[in-house]
Amino acid sequence: MQVFQWINDALLKMTWLSDGIQWLVENVFKLSIDERLGGSIHFFLYDVMKIFILLSVLIFTVSYIQSFFPPERTRKILGRYKGVTANLLGALLGTITPFCSCSSIPLFIGFTSAGLPLGVTFSFLISSPLVDLASVILLASIFNWKIAMAYVVFGVILAVAGGTFISMLHMEDQIEEFVFQNPLLEMDQETMTKRDRIKYAIEQVNEIIHKVWIYVLAGVAIGAAIHNWIPQDIITLILGKNNWFSVPLATLVGIPMYADIFGTLPIAEALVVKGIGIGTALSFMMAVTALSLPSIIMLKNVVKTKLLVLFVGFVTIGIIFIGYLFNAYGYLLF
Amino acid sequence: MIIKILGSGCSNCMRLEASTKVAIEKMGLPAEIVKVTNMKEIALYGVMRTPALVVDEKVVSFGKVLSPDEVVELLQKA
Repeated sequence: MQVFQWINDALLKMTWLSDGIQWLVENVFKLSIDERLGGSIHFFLYDVMKIFILLSVLIFTVSYIQSFFPPERTRKILGRYKGVTANLLGALLGTITPFCSCSSIPLFIGFTSAGLPLGVTFSFLISSPLVDLASVILLASIFNWKIAMAYVVFGVILAVAGGTFISMLHMEDQIEEFVFQNPLLEMDQETMTKRDRIKYAIEQVNEIIHKVWIYVLAGVAIGAAIHNWIPQDIITLILGKNNWFSVPLATLVGIPMYADIFGTLPIAEALVVKGIGIGTALSFMMAVTALSLPSIIMLKNVVKTKLLVLFVGFVTIGIIFIGYLFNAYGYLLF
Repeated sequence: MIIKILGSGCSNCMRLEASTKVAIEKMGLPAEIVKVTNMKEIALYGVMRTPALVVDEKVVSFGKVLSPDEVVELLQKA
């Protein structure tokens, strides 16, 4: 247990980094970290560096693993299963299959043209942006492992429930016709050698950092501001655990937002420290990642309004429910 | 030769287009580059990951942003 604690502190919490930055702020900038300015600078530098280091290592490792699970292979695997098992597999594979959100439509079309049930595709679409290995580890780094695991478990449950709900509605007529019956490209994706995978993993690190650095910087800056400049009372007033509306509010604010989960983590962290419920923070993060205005607009291309509204509605309610659940029982996780 | 770039317009698709332009300039190839952003059309090629590169109606790459040299290699094989 001792060893685990050490690993946790050294690699995930990076206590050495925090101490190092503290030294820098106190001795080079000559500011006390207990005061606002020093505290913000410490938080900003420490969090930004920690996140970028973790991101690079995580994305590399996760991409290497993900190179074994391209969507084409996922499609083949899912084709062999039926019912809730298929939904569950869809949700689980969604967490490890790499895909950028701009591929969500081609992917949807590809899965559907191959004959995969609508519900399975939706399970995949819900879990993919919501739960991904790198963000889970980052969650563990910022909060703790129990919370990270709980996030995964409930994210998958939400994805399975969402997919099952949609398959029960039998709304195949709500899909644009051109989605079905498209050719399936079964191009032998050249089997990758170890060097190919490493090259791919490095490319992914560059690509993703390229895409998200600005969100990380913005997120940490906002988190730092919350940490040091916004009084606890205001936050508790608006988002405190005891307000029944803090969960729906956090969810509704998060839905239209498009930001990378890596950027929302520092904000969630700062808010939790200031006393908002862990459920409220999780709802916010889930709402930002699972749904976003750009992805809903893209889905509109292939899914008719009625089904789209039901989809968004179900996921929203699910997120709000999870938020309340965690606010009520989250203390068991700390 | 007609080269099509399939993608809905995100930055990856634009980078693939840029790589392709550099590649055909390097090769001095009289090729035409067409950007396909319409989902219906992209679906007809059966690709699940964008950006994708299509040369004379044959899909040669999907899901990757290629470097100009990689595009040259693919064009030479085509």
